Order: sequence, then structure tokens, then C-alpha cells
Amino acid sequence: MVPLHGWGRTSSTSAHLTEIESISGAVSALRSAEKGRGVVSRGLGRSYGDAAQNAGGTALDVTKLNRVLSIDAEGEPATVHVQAGVSLDFLMRTLLPLGLWVPVLPGTRQVTIGGAIAADVHGKNHHSQGSFGNHVLSLDLLMANGEVQTLTPDDDTAPLFWATIGGMGLTGVILGATVALQRTETAYFLVDTDRCSDIDDLMARMSEGDDAYTYSVAWFDAVSRGKNMGRAVLTRGNKARLQDLTHKLKRDPLKFVAPSFGTIPEIFPNKMVNRITAKAFSNAWYYKAPKHRVGELQNITSFFHPLDIVAEWNRVYGPNGFLQYQFVVPFSEHETFRRCVQLIVNSGHVSCLNVLKRFGPGNPAPLSFPMPGWTLTVDLPIEDGLDSLCNTLDELVVAAGGRVYLAKDSRLGAATFAKMYPRLEEFLAIRREVDPEGLFNSDLARRLNLH
Amino acid sequence: MIDALGTPQSLLLLGGTSDIGLAIARRYATGRSLRVVLAARPSDRRTAAAAELTALGCIVAEVDLEARDAASREAAIEQAFAGGDIDIAVVAFGLLGDPEQAWTDPELTVELAEVNYVAPVHLGVLLSNQMTVQSHGRIVALSSVAGERVRRSNFVYGSTKAGMDGFYLGLGEALRGTGVQVLVVRPGFVRSKMTEGLDAAPMAVNPEEVAEATVAAVKEKREVIWVPAPMRFVMSGLRHVPRPLFRRLPI
Repeated sequence: MVPLHGWGRTSSTSAHLTEIESISGAVSALRSAEKGRGVVSRGLGRSYGDAAQNAGGTALDVTKLNRVLSIDAEGEPATVHVQAGVSLDFLMRTLLPLGLWVPVLPGTRQVTIGGAIAADVHGKNHHSQGSFGNHVLSLDLLMANGEVQTLTPDDDTAPLFWATIGGMGLTGVILGATVALQRTETAYFLVDTDRCSDIDDLMARMSEGDDAYTYSVAWFDAVSRGKNMGRAVLTRGNKARLQDLTHKLKRDPLKFVAPSFGTIPEIFPNKMVNRITAKAFSNAWYYKAPKHRVGELQNITSFFHPLDIVAEWNRVYGPNGFLQYQFVVPFSEHETFRRCVQLIVNSGHVSCLNVLKRFGPGNPAPLSFPMPGWTLTVDLPIEDGLDSLCNTLDELVVAAGGRVYLAKDSRLGAATFAKMYPRLEEFLAIRREVDPEGLFNSDLARRLNLH
Repeated sequence: MIDALGTPQSLLLLGGTSDIGLAIARRYATGRSLRVVLAARPSDRRTAAAAELTALGCIVAEVDLEARDAASREAAIEQAFAGGDIDIAVVAFGLLGDPEQAWTDPELTVELAEVNYVAPVHLGVLLSNQMTVQSHGRIVALSSVAGERVRRSNFVYGSTKAGMDGFYLGLGEALRGTGVQVLVVRPGFVRSKMTEGLDAAPMAVNPEEVAEATVAAVKEKREVIWVPAPMRFVMSGLRHVPRPLFRRLPI
């Protein structure tokens, strides 16, 4: 038994961690787990809550299923067939020299393909290009009966395909997938940056200008009150073409810039992220951004994954850990959205890494998170009273017809969850059909009654 | 599952009509559809407790438990876990008895020993067997400061609490690394149905205060707490008072 926790380092439970290196290994792991408390796949452990935990049962470590099986660079679109344990980081390093680009990148590259599919992750280009599931052409699923089935989005396997996209590993073990790729001339971005004075200014600018950019995201200040409330830095950009690069960068236009400043040591006490440090951070982050700058060249890491520079950054929050609250509400509910921001800012709970974005259309997956609307993410250290803040936010989000993101969640109740995901029954019906005994199980599934 | 903020999904009260146990249930009941299993003798009190918790939004199951009957204890635990994982189990029942009768009437002596020691110890083992299978969960044992240094004035009760307190501290050690944790709660004088008619001792507390401290301790993953908290230092002092002096103290 090994204690396992998510990225938020909360509610750890113990499970048998079984490494699988082959399909036959996965099948025999399923067989031996049949009489116990079920199986869930686990990748790099980047979901914040209990999605890849299975108390008393089996967690299948898929990170050794890490081969890129084939690349079709000439096809239209170009595609790659990979095993589920391949990380997006490794995949990008493999594809970039060929001028190929992974279509959807979340806030870290340290996630597996299996995890990206199971959580249907999204990135800064959701408003223009959708979530990860939109780019999956087929996936290989090991089912409860021990068979491997290849699923596609548009034949008779489509219902199970879409239930698996965003299905949090509860339909089977994702073994591999074929993903459509984009072509790129460079690994750089042309980025426009704007400081916005408050939340209204920010939302107005995003509503008007986002369509001109493939990528768009805003950081905002959730600590300052009064006239600075919700002041923000908006960064938007497009893929740079070869002609956009400087002479120096043209020598190696597809260079993968991924600096590493080491690993955060396990020395931080609780309450290191407090009002004082958060205020200092927020001021620094706001004022280091230019007021208005156009066409700056940025590399992958600085534009997409600034947090990947240091490993294990979640340790900054101390042993009590933290949670991430990410929700979306429809565009028509921008008033609710503003109220939620106000509630967070005035709550006394502090959050540094606050991300605001406009989503585009969702996809057919019943448990996929994105829907057209405003999404907000805040990182909150675990402290007394946080439950009542989150419960109040839940109520506002539900009333607005919005929802909370399962990959981030570590605390929703089953009843609230059911209200947020109106297509839950559709998902459960498919799950019961392919896994009648409930072989696939996780702490998240128990918490949310996904049976 | 207990979520990231310490909120449980299911709660088992062994001693389903205990004032402290029900106060704990009420604290956890807010806002969630908590599954509560009330294990107690069938009675109007149990029915009323179930109705009250149902009105608070809980999904309540009533299970019969006769504390002095080993078969009943086994059946109660089995029924409680048949409905799914139990996140928090509170061993809440106990018997105070008349302290003078307790050491002169052999029947009452045995009853106190069985209800306050044999039953909690048996249930502790049954609980730990179930919870190690699920690899998560908390066992909360309601002990008493009376067991920390046993006094002449209620030494039969005190000795049973000393025994069960020691057992649950040991169980907590034995369960380290299994994902199951044990919390021993040592209240001072609690104004409850158990102490009805008695004069309240100094630093007396209400069941609600014990519940509040217990919920906080579960969240903080503590192993032993005193209620009120300063009682810890009082007892620490009393433990070291020499016997000739101790017997002269008006306690």
C-alpha cells in the first residue's frame, strides 16, 4: 500500500500502486483487482484532488507505457499514435523538430496523454480550437471485460469514445490514442500584453479582441481591494512564423526552450501564502507586465508554462496543501461572474495564481468541463472557512447554469455535482453498460457517487 | 470520502443517541447529504434523533446495537458498512452509574466494565478490520479525563475509561500507515443526559463544545485532544500530585 495524493496534497489515501508496462500487464492487473476495491489509472498525478486515488484498491501507474508508436508527418492532418503514459513534455520534444505541434496544452506539460484525455484538458486556445478531446481521432481502451477496443468519435463506438473523454478514467484504462497535430514553422509566439485597470475593463477587452488571437488568457489580482480589485494582465498571442523571428532565433526556429531552475524543497510551513506574500506577489506580477506591448516574441515556457520552470511548486503551500477552484458560467451570466470574483477578493482567503479566460464551444463529451462562457481559476491554501466560501461559490455557479472542473476539484458534494453536469445520467448509463460490476473506481468516483 | 476540506460523506455513531455524538452529526450535517448510521437500542430518542438529522438533509439509517451483546456489536458493524464506506466512526456510548454503588454492587461493576471497556474495545477491533479494507477513515473514541488519573470519587468509571483510552491510543499507533486514523477525545465534565442531576465540575463544557473541538481535531488529523483545551494542563499537573496529597484534593 502506498499513500497517494493529488497535486493539491490534500486527503491522501493508500492504494496498491501497480506499474504496467504492456497491455498484457494491464489485463492481468485488472484480473487481480476484480475482487477488491477496483482500479483507476494514474499518470503524473497532476489532477488536484482525488481523481487518481483509489483507497484500498489498485492504482495503475501508466507512466511506463511511454512509447510514441508512430508519427504521420505528411498526412492531412498530421497525426501521432502514442501510448497513454507519454507526457506532453516528451511528446512536444519529439514532435517539434518535425515542425509538428500538440494542438492543446494545459498549464503544465507534465501530464500524460491518458490524463489529458480523461480530464479533457483545455488551454489558452480553447476559444479558438476547443479542448484536448476535440483533437483525438481514436483511442485504445482496455475495458472491464479485458478486451481492448479502439474507439472513434463518429462511428458506433462514439458514445463510449465521448464518455471516455472527460470520463476521469471510469470507463476503462486508456492505453493509447491517435491525436491530430498542427504544423508550425517556429516554437515561438507573437504576444500582445495589456494591463487592465479592473475586472470590467478586462472582460470588455477580452470580449472585443479575443477573436483576433489563437491564444488568450488573463492573470488577475484577487488580493487587492477597492479600486485595484481585479486589475489584470491580459496576454494574447499567435504562433510566430519564420519571418517574425529575429536573426538569432532563425538559426534554430524550432528550439524547445525549457529551462529548469530546480526543485522546490519540502521546507515550507503552512501559511507561507498569506495576505502579505500574496500582495507582494500580485504587485510584482502586475507591475512587471508592460502597460501595453505588441508583438513581443516569447518562447514556449514563458508563454505557456512559466510554472514548469520549477518542479514541485505545490510544496510552497505547506503540508496542509491547497485546492484549486475553477468554474465556468455562460457569457450571459457575467454578473454572477463578477459576484464570484468579489466574493473571493473579499473572503479573506488569498489566491495568487488567478486565471481568467473565455471558453469557446464545448464538445459532445457528457462530462467535459468547457462550455461557452467565462472561466475563472483560483488557488487557495487550505484554511478554516474555505469550505463555506467554496459552498457559496457552488451555489452561485449552479444557479447560473455553470460548473466546476473535475480535474481541479477535491471537495464537491455528489448532489451539487449532479446539478452542474446535467448529462451525468447519460454518462452513468454508458459506464454501467461497459462496467456493470464497477471495476473502475476512484476516491473521486466514491465522493461524487459515479456508480 | 473525507474531502480536501475535512467534510465527510458518511458518519457512524456507535451510541446513536449520545448527546456528544449527535452534536458531532449536526456539525457535519450542514449543507451536504451526509449518510449517518445511528447504532443504538431502539427507542424514542433514536427515532427522534433520526428525524432531526433527516430534517437537516442527512440520509439516516438506524441500526440496533445492544452494547453488552457481542453478537449485536458484530451485526451492527456489518450492517453499517454494508451501506458503503464509513468515513468517520464515533464510539460515543458510555455509562456513568452511581460511583459508590459501582464499587459495591458487583452487577453494576460488571455492567460498567462491559459497556465502557469490553464493548468499545471489541467495536474498535471490528471497526479497524473494516476500515483497513477501505484504507481510509477515522475512528473517534470519546474517552474522559476521568481515565487520565483515576480518582477515588469515581474510580470504577475512571478505570474503564483509562482502559479504553489506552486501547484506542494503541490502536492509533497500530494503524499508522494503513490510511486509518484514530482520535481520542478526553472531555472534562460535560453537561449532558449522562450527568443530569450532578453538580457541574469546574471547566464544564456542553456537548456542542466537545463536538466543535472534535470536528476541528479530525480536520487537523490530531490523535488526542482535551475539551476544553486547557484541561490538558490541569490533568498534566494532577498526574504528578503525590498520592497523600491527591486524596486530600476535593475532586
